[in-house]
Amino acid sequence: MHVPDGFLDAPTSIATGVVAVGGVALALRGARRELDDRTAPMAGLVATFVFAGQMMNFPVAAGTSGHLLGGALAAVLAGPWTAVLCLSTVLMVQALFMADGGITALGTNITLMGLVGVAAGWLVFKAVRALLPDRLGVVAPAAALAALVSVPVAASVFTLLFAVGGTAPVATDRVLAAMLSWHAVIGIGEAVITGLVVASVVGVRPDLVYGARSALRSRTLEIRQPTPAGEAS
Amino acid sequence: MSTSSRRPSPRRFFAVFLLAALLVAGVASYYASSHPDGLEFVAEKTGFLDTAEDSPAAASPFADYSTKGIDDDRVSGGVAGVVGSLSVLVLAGGLFWVLRRRDTDHAGPAGASGSDGSAPSTPTTSGV
Repeated sequence: MHVPDGFLDAPTSIATGVVAVGGVALALRGARRELDDRTAPMAGLVATFVFAGQMMNFPVAAGTSGHLLGGALAAVLAGPWTAVLCLSTVLMVQALFMADGGITALGTNITLMGLVGVAAGWLVFKAVRALLPDRLGVVAPAAALAALVSVPVAASVFTLLFAVGGTAPVATDRVLAAMLSWHAVIGIGEAVITGLVVASVVGVRPDLVYGARSALRSRTLEIRQPTPAGEAS
Repeated sequence: MSTSSRRPSPRRFFAVFLLAALLVAGVASYYASSHPDGLEFVAEKTGFLDTAEDSPAAASPFADYSTKGIDDDRVSGGVAGVVGSLSVLVLAGGLFWVLRRRDTDHAGPAGASGSDGSAPSTPTTSGV
């Protein structure tokens, strides 16, 4: 969903640039609370994995492909504020080194995938987690559902931006219908990848999954047995 | 060995996670679909794709995920993917390391590092 230069006019690009800068500034503050000696390396790897995952375009249908956006994945693994910084770093490297996504469109792409994708994913994740029991087994399905929703939401916001500042005179309803239908399908791929990756990490190191913290705490309180510290083998 | 170490250590987990990312970016990406993505496809179908302009970064040695000067597609894309991944790792990892909370409170017994047997020898734990 990388927007190239030229799709949106200058005022819209400047506006999304301002939104992106504001969002990243807030995230720089918020991420401090999510990062510590153990989660900081994890978050760096999450960003790296999102970059890699975005390279894996999967075929959708009729000559179209989709790829992971990674907002929901990063939010669940590393925390929502940190996820904004993960996606922003990925998008910056892509725009500057890979010519993937425009330079004047960088603010637009950070807004769409870094802010909207992460926020939509995190809100859905929190809602599902609030509705279901606070158990580890719920984390991966909730992440998958969050991923599923985050893609069409980001696609809708692109359409909104296009309606306001698109440089080509194309009817908004046509763009919206096409964006929503294709990205609903791409969202399924996003959900599958996100669910599998989150389930894998929860399976081996649930303590490194930000979105599993509360479930891990309650479980720990229930069944943890005191292990003698000096069990030198 | 004790059964309490059924979880991989954080260091081992991080190594595997990094390896997975590098394999996806450096090897598997060759097999990724080359069809236009959703947005590009929609732009083409509804008629605004030609408003796209070339990025000023198009002259980058890694533009379009291929490495300038390497003819073999597989190697060219793989190198670009690995370089990009490592760039993200350095930039994001460095940023997060600077931003992180310095927890010097529970440097003592057990604490969060209870499952990590190598905690005492970790050179990065700054003294209180």
